[in-house]
Amino acid sequence: MNYFVNEKGYYGDFGGAYIPEMLYPNVEELRQNYLKIIEDKDFQKEFHQLLKDYVGRPSPLYLAKRLSQKYNANIFLKREDLNHTGAHKINNTIGQILLAERLGKKRIIAETGAGQHGVATATVCALRGLECVVYMGEIDIQRQAPNVARMKMLGAKVVPATSGSKTLKDATNEAMRDWINNPVDTHYIIGSVVGPHPYPDMVALFQSIISEETKKQLIEQTGNDQPDYVLACVGGGSNAMGMFYHFIDDEKVKLIAVEAAGKGVDSGFSAATTTLGKEGVLHGSRSILMQTEDGQVVEPHSVSAGLDYPGIGPQHAHLFKTGRGQYVSITDDESLEAGLLLTQMEGIIPAIESAHALAYLEKMNFKGGENVVVCLSGRGDKDMDTYMRYFGL
Amino acid sequence: MNRIKKLFQEKKDILSIYYTAGYPNLGDTVAIAEELERSGADLLEIGFPYSDPVADGPVIQASSKLALDNGMDLRLLFEQLKDLRKTVTIPVLLMGYVNPMLQFGVENFCKACAEVGVDGCIVPDLPMVEHEELYEPVFAKYGLSNIFLVTPQTSEERIRKIDGLSNGFIYLLSSSATTGKNLQVSDTTETYFSRIASLKLKNPTMIGFGISSKETFDKACKYANGAIIGTAFVKSLSADDVQGSVKNFMKEFKP
Repeated sequence: MNYFVNEKGYYGDFGGAYIPEMLYPNVEELRQNYLKIIEDKDFQKEFHQLLKDYVGRPSPLYLAKRLSQKYNANIFLKREDLNHTGAHKINNTIGQILLAERLGKKRIIAETGAGQHGVATATVCALRGLECVVYMGEIDIQRQAPNVARMKMLGAKVVPATSGSKTLKDATNEAMRDWINNPVDTHYIIGSVVGPHPYPDMVALFQSIISEETKKQLIEQTGNDQPDYVLACVGGGSNAMGMFYHFIDDEKVKLIAVEAAGKGVDSGFSAATTTLGKEGVLHGSRSILMQTEDGQVVEPHSVSAGLDYPGIGPQHAHLFKTGRGQYVSITDDESLEAGLLLTQMEGIIPAIESAHALAYLEKMNFKGGENVVVCLSGRGDKDMDTYMRYFGL
Repeated sequence: MNRIKKLFQEKKDILSIYYTAGYPNLGDTVAIAEELERSGADLLEIGFPYSDPVADGPVIQASSKLALDNGMDLRLLFEQLKDLRKTVTIPVLLMGYVNPMLQFGVENFCKACAEVGVDGCIVPDLPMVEHEELYEPVFAKYGLSNIFLVTPQTSEERIRKIDGLSNGFIYLLSSSATTGKNLQVSDTTETYFSRIASLKLKNPTMIGFGISSKETFDKACKYANGAIIGTAFVKSLSADDVQGSVKNFMKEFKP
């Protein structure tokens, strides 16, 4: 079974480039050049140098002892929360800014939900001196004021998306419209493994550093680079794809993707795409998305802004459909409890997104001695308001 | 003969009007078509609304949202168009995004189009390669034209390929833009339009995006077989007097 992209830009039934003609030249330019550029020695050297000196990689693989005791397994946390800007998002924006420069682009646009990808994009634009415009749903702008301030301080222009539900999906629409209207000088840094081919593959490649390091670190720490389980949360799915990437072809390693159930999968306030969605086309690729019978996209809900997305990347849709990955979901309440638990047992405040992955440990039955890696995709500083309100701190 | 072919054989300076089905009122779809034909429109593009219309600017987005809120969907649209051909004789195209069409089923969609007398479709986010491999035979089976878009950035090689796959007309975008921007005929657009004209394509061409007045319409007609008005028309529709607002809008173009 091939779990990776084929020459037509598909993962099994999913993927492709469902874009209006106005975007064709941009996407085609990327498609023709991305692998050539990424595989270039110079690019690799610069990319890895920045990941090391600027982002602070490799991120530690930490054996969480008290958590391991509680769950009767060896729980390793891949500490993407310790990256510069506080999440895994920067791995991708570093890669894409270097690529945009090599394509001669002068202007960068991005969409953001919680603001993590927006901050990571504004950061690399400041680093390289490029103009930066970030689209963000009007409602998210209100919910995530500190990240809006960070982006502005970094020199980015934050443009509110006022259409539709005024959240991530609409910010993505607005970014695509900007790209249509600026077809020559602009590169669109998509923040997840979604969008038209080659974006899902390109973003996965940049994020695959997560599993590349994990394998090396597991060898050092356990003498075995095959964990029994790998867990990550999925909104669009970029940290999960990075965490899964080098384990996908090793079928002994079980891949567990944790979606946001919101207030419960049957509550009408959920973002559990694989449970609630059907096959269709959103934001340029064929995948699984939450939609009405008529094909209108449904508004998702999650307490975590980073998981509040009605679709998943096409490679995830393929891993789900083939059964290679196990797709499960965790409610708002369960994730917040798991966030508090990690904080009090290990002294790490996780992003609520990452807390979804941690919460699933509670539902697993370990025999004892299994090696389990959880991607701790981001830190919880941005979520303090939510934690404080929920726990009455 | 196919209504689209016949139109391009018989007329020049063709005026095509786009509007969103179910806007401003749910039941206006056919009444607008009838009034547009009476007022002199040559071709109609009826939009089926989608929640995430990325190629559209604010006006058409808002009309799509209102139409969806009004309760418009493809099933209802085909129901409304059931008796279209009793009163409307000019060619009619449906325009919309791929996902609602996929959920309806491509075969069902094409069959329903043929049954109500729709002549073709414009689906901006359906890639040419997918159309060619999967959908072209279905479109052909039901005698539907599929209209492709061309922008100033489209390469000649690709334009030739589009020309080969098209069987109605080619939709020339005045610039790479979302709908609702004004047409500025600069030297570069002029070069682009002339370049297209010099390719001697087998299909006729229509210019769209940015046509909002008689003046811009006439300009566009210098370079193509006609032009398409969308945003300006949708903006002019008044929910209280749909027929009157259509008549009023069309006066400028067909006095």
